[in-house]
Amino acid sequence: MNTNIETFKYDNRIVRAFAIATVVWGIVGMLVGLLAAVQLFFPDANLNLQFITFGRIRPLHTNAVIFAFVGNGMFMGIYYSLQRLCKARMFSDWLSWFNFWGWQTIIVAAAVTLPLGLTTSKEYAELEWPIKIAITIVWVAFAVNLFGTIVKRREKHMYVAIWFYIATVVTVAVLHITNSMTMPAGWFKSYSMYAGVQDALVQWWYGHNAVAFFLTTPYLGLMYYFLPKAANRPIFSYRLSIIHFWALVFLYIWAGPHHLLYSALPDWAQSLGMVFSLMLIAPSWGGMLNGLLTLRGAWDKVRSDPVLKFMVAAITAYGMATLEGPLLSIKTVNSLSHYTDWTIAHVHVGAMGWNGFLTFSMLYYLFPRLYNTKLWSTKLANYHFWIGMLGIVFYVVPIYIAGVTEGLMWKQFNKDGFLQYPNFLETILQVVPMFRLRAIGGTLYLAGAFMMAYNLYRTAKAGQFEPDTEAQAAALEKPPVVAGKSSWHRMVEGKPLFFTVLATVSILVGGLVEIVPMFLVQANVPTIGSVHPYTPLEVLGRDIYIREGCLGCHSQMIRPFRSETERYGEYSKAGESVYDHPFLWGSERKGPDLAREGGKYPAAWHYNHMDDPRSTSPGSIMPRYSWLLTQKMETDTLPSHLAALRRIGVPYPAGYENGPAQKDLQAQADKIVADLKLGSVKADSDKEIIALIAYLQRLGTDIKTTPVTTAAK
Amino acid sequence: MSVVIILIVASLAVALLFLAGFIWAVRSGQYEDTLTPSLRVLAEDSNQAKQNPISETNSKLK
Repeated sequence: MNTNIETFKYDNRIVRAFAIATVVWGIVGMLVGLLAAVQLFFPDANLNLQFITFGRIRPLHTNAVIFAFVGNGMFMGIYYSLQRLCKARMFSDWLSWFNFWGWQTIIVAAAVTLPLGLTTSKEYAELEWPIKIAITIVWVAFAVNLFGTIVKRREKHMYVAIWFYIATVVTVAVLHITNSMTMPAGWFKSYSMYAGVQDALVQWWYGHNAVAFFLTTPYLGLMYYFLPKAANRPIFSYRLSIIHFWALVFLYIWAGPHHLLYSALPDWAQSLGMVFSLMLIAPSWGGMLNGLLTLRGAWDKVRSDPVLKFMVAAITAYGMATLEGPLLSIKTVNSLSHYTDWTIAHVHVGAMGWNGFLTFSMLYYLFPRLYNTKLWSTKLANYHFWIGMLGIVFYVVPIYIAGVTEGLMWKQFNKDGFLQYPNFLETILQVVPMFRLRAIGGTLYLAGAFMMAYNLYRTAKAGQFEPDTEAQAAALEKPPVVAGKSSWHRMVEGKPLFFTVLATVSILVGGLVEIVPMFLVQANVPTIGSVHPYTPLEVLGRDIYIREGCLGCHSQMIRPFRSETERYGEYSKAGESVYDHPFLWGSERKGPDLAREGGKYPAAWHYNHMDDPRSTSPGSIMPRYSWLLTQKMETDTLPSHLAALRRIGVPYPAGYENGPAQKDLQAQADKIVADLKLGSVKADSDKEIIALIAYLQRLGTDIKTTPVTTAAK
Repeated sequence: MSVVIILIVASLAVALLFLAGFIWAVRSGQYEDTLTPSLRVLAEDSNQAKQNPISETNSKLK
């Protein structure tokens, strides 16, 4: 053993920076969530401003809590624990700060672009392509910093938490790049390279694994570090934690298709997703039990220590969410739960319980240590725990009730064989009281976060910040592996590790850019003869549909159940969305499915409905979109949009965008203005509403037997 | 559905990377001792020793 004792310093400044960012963005993200929640029972809470209307701030809320709150919390915990587990300062202070400021810049960019309606519409991947590139760069910087620290570690054994961090950094990079393959059509507009069912599969492969590798694996690593530290006893079974890690890593990535059960995704892929989802119960519960059993004989501490209280609740929430997730992946259960608020309740058990509470516990653990003092008020922290707990209960219980109610009402037939509740609005009005209760739950949870912010602020004021913590450890002998073995692992462990990461990223980017368009263009050849590309006006309308976040509440995927075909019409086929870049199947229904909306109502109905939904549907919770009636549609960018779509396989003739497209657009717009006149609505043909109506009237009409009334061809 | 090839390749690439990691971990003796790492975490930095009497807990465990 080497006896060269080295003295070095842990960097606490970076930990503090991420900690403050976590608190600030956490409160911002929750506030936005509350605003969104209030709009679901009081639509006018958007103040008739497009920038804060539900469709645009829903992605702002999800991005803020996932990437800003939990993201910063993850960096905070990793930067603190990794240094101590490796007995080494971070590899590069410069990279640490690049990571910090880069991430905050990305968050600010998201907070600006999403309310402006600049979105790809792909859930949890809404940010437009320049920001996506920035994310990749910052993430690679984080990866280099992480691996660099691991390489220069002074502790031979890599504690299990480090493995969880590695899984996070590698997998998130691969997921992000694969799902971000997009064709730019201007600085803040792009179209997914994949279309329809293919886009759906990639998106939910990403979406599910974002939950797995951004919200779960890093936090499990943090649990395995902070829980033993806070309880001051070793993890119940270190061996189990190792099994937990390897089982999760190999199982998680195949479960994505469970988001597309009963959709137009091929059945075998659905079954694959379901089977892997069910298998995930085993490692997840192993991990949960490992966490809870760590507190054997220390439960008396839980009574008094708010840090442990939050951890116990967080780990329990992890257990609940990871049991429920696989159950929701069973096709029979999913047929009831999908599109309903059940899913919303499920994710909030995970987000508020698991991620939120574990983040709070880490903050309460770290602040006194960073500032060399005691927590300002244990009592206030305990109050935070209980008010937060109450907030979760008031949030999820009503929303579970709402979800099951919706699912049952949608499927209910009367004794004559007709839908019991043929008017979709009736089923939503039934659960509006639950939406009100949910907002109370959210308010309580947010109040707790404010209490924490104050408590941490007072703690910081009372203490003395320690920018660097001095530590001592013996240097690691080199090579750090058992002598006599082959040397390939030395290669892996040495400097080439950075290059492995860089190479993985670059190979993926390069490979995908080359391969994807090549064979996806081929695969996009329509299998249904009557399916045509969208007309220029419909493309503009679709862009508006994406901008306004309509898919936050309206799905476009009718499942093959009688209750759905009775309500919406023929079930959706994969071949119908071959030109959908990106796919817009949606994942929840606060309003009816729109896959067969075309031709259901006259154009004038849509016009009046967008101006004031309550004029056509009394009691509707849809926001007003009156700005669509006055804003002029953006036709200058049409050529670049059509050209981008052609590049990724939509068969517009060459040169179509310079002349013929504009002519077609004007003709179709005039036709809609004429249609509107029939409903005694006077409108100009250059307004955004015209394009949106064109798109809505087109939806699902390709395979309808009745002649298409508004589409140009 | 040809996109499934990309997903399988990407997923397998990740899986293989981790398989290599697993083999390395086992071969290099990372998992030969599955007790002390869990204890070592508790005693790793000096300034926390002041706040938490770790030695006391450790002796109880033995």
